[in-house]
Amino acid sequence: MRVAVATFLLAMAVGIPAWGATEDESRWHDLRESLFGDRQIHEESGVVSLAAPYRAHDAALVPITFEAAFPQTSERYVKTITLIVDENPLPMAGQFHFTEASGWAAISTRIRVNAYTHVRAVAETNDGELHMATRYVKASGGCSAPAGKDPEAALASLGKMKLRRSDPVLWGKPNSAQLLVSHPNHTGMQMDQVTRHYVLAYFVDSIEVRYGDQPVLAVESNFSLSENPAVRFHYVPDGPGELSVRVTDSDGAMFARAWSVPASVAKAPVGEEAAPVNPVQ
Amino acid sequence: MLHGMARALTGSPGSRMALRVQALTAWLWLAAVGAVLGPSPTVAADAIQLKPVAQGIYVYTGPHTDASGSNLGAVGNIAIVVGEQSVALIDSGGSLEFGLQLRAALEEITDLPVSHVINTHMHPDHLLGNGAFAGPTVEFVGHRRLGAALAARAEFYLEAGARNVGPKFAGTKAIGPTREVADSIHINLGGRILRVTAHATAHTDNDLTVYDRRTRTLFAGDLVFVERLPVVDGSLKGWLAVMDELRAVPAVRVVPGHGPASVRWPSALHAQERYLQAVLRDVRIEIAAGGTIENAIGWVASEERTKWVRFAEDHPRNVTASFTELEWE
Repeated sequence: MRVAVATFLLAMAVGIPAWGATEDESRWHDLRESLFGDRQIHEESGVVSLAAPYRAHDAALVPITFEAAFPQTSERYVKTITLIVDENPLPMAGQFHFTEASGWAAISTRIRVNAYTHVRAVAETNDGELHMATRYVKASGGCSAPAGKDPEAALASLGKMKLRRSDPVLWGKPNSAQLLVSHPNHTGMQMDQVTRHYVLAYFVDSIEVRYGDQPVLAVESNFSLSENPAVRFHYVPDGPGELSVRVTDSDGAMFARAWSVPASVAKAPVGEEAAPVNPVQ
Repeated sequence: MLHGMARALTGSPGSRMALRVQALTAWLWLAAVGAVLGPSPTVAADAIQLKPVAQGIYVYTGPHTDASGSNLGAVGNIAIVVGEQSVALIDSGGSLEFGLQLRAALEEITDLPVSHVINTHMHPDHLLGNGAFAGPTVEFVGHRRLGAALAARAEFYLEAGARNVGPKFAGTKAIGPTREVADSIHINLGGRILRVTAHATAHTDNDLTVYDRRTRTLFAGDLVFVERLPVVDGSLKGWLAVMDELRAVPAVRVVPGHGPASVRWPSALHAQERYLQAVLRDVRIEIAAGGTIENAIGWVASEERTKWVRFAEDHPRNVTASFTELEWE
């Protein structure tokens, strides 16, 4: 929430750009100063990479991947990546914090894009250097586009989570996993015509992932993530354990869930049939 | 947040005012032409072709294009069902202007009053002509979720309509249902009873179908696409399930939401089912392999590419919608 408020104030401070396509760098100039002060940012320096479609099929759901482009060691690793969408109402889409237990600072997610914009991934290495990768994305209306195809179903599944992870597990190495969180992530820019009110902003503002008691990933975000936020990340399991996830939203709700690694197989009591293994929800 | 509000507060009224001025100009011009050419009750009423497909049933066939000034936003099919006492309209087109022209064309066919406007779902090409039929004796019939779905999208639809249709979009309003259908109801047009059925989430979360038992005609709205690529704006699995229910309807013909005026039933479902099943199958394969939306768009159901109009335009979004639905399985 702090990030959201701070970036919202920032959005107001830097002014709202003219509606429509712009490749104007002036917004970035102001953002850069507010977020990073006078620190040097190395551009396209091979430390962080960013993949995004040049022209998006769906502005409310733009797939994006950003990752450290060198092997992570305890001597040198990426500790934070800040995702910035210059022309969005909240330009700072999220901050992603990594640890040694992440194994690899690499995220795939889906974002809303409200106007033709530069998208930037600014990586901070453990020695405090800043490196940036930038892509231009042609999409518009992703924040004001009507919400949800089936609001009744969305309400019924609010806060549900699903984890998909690579299998088999590679012990002591980075393994990939994808977390899905069922949440409308309302932007506050979607109008209800009957009440003439905007549907209140309501979004996931933090995600914490741990393996055992080791932090793996911490995300501070806002409605720049698409409905039903999806985050693909890495974790390093040192032995059988539990991946646990804690999600909070802008209304103060908290959702938590944990999954065994490897998945626990239900053991049948003597004399009974084995219960079917429940698929990860 | 401010960004959106600023646009809503300053952008739209200005452009709507501009539309009104242009519409007035157009009206004056047409009035002048009318004075020269003689009386002409409506503008280009003969542009709307109503094709008879069964006794008392007439269909307007929408083109397989985007909404534009030349089609007045009416890119979906529309049906008129004439009873002994009144008329039901099934969908109304994409703008007030189209609705007015449709009304004029309808009045060439019958003197009976329109008692019901049945909207098969929320999409603008099926509903934004409603304003031409509004009156104290007309019921607007819709799914119980139509009102909410339309409310959430009306501003978006009206802005898009003004942009795509242009000056002829002036005066168009989003008019929701006055009678909501939760399960099914019957509508009596005098000697002709229509059964209106609300469905679970499929093409959208507010799909209705209409069945005329007298001629065994099913009006499927966008639950049935023919020729034009189906668009998933609700639930892929839900749609396939609703198709299984619809197959049991003992109709001999269907008026699809997009496609020819009348198609044999239930074979009209074949192509759509083949496409949706291919998307279901392939997206599941992509998800099981730990793949991505971007990758799925590249190959899923690619054998269908040459079999549909607007595949390139609408298929990527169908894959995206299906992927985000099926990844929760």
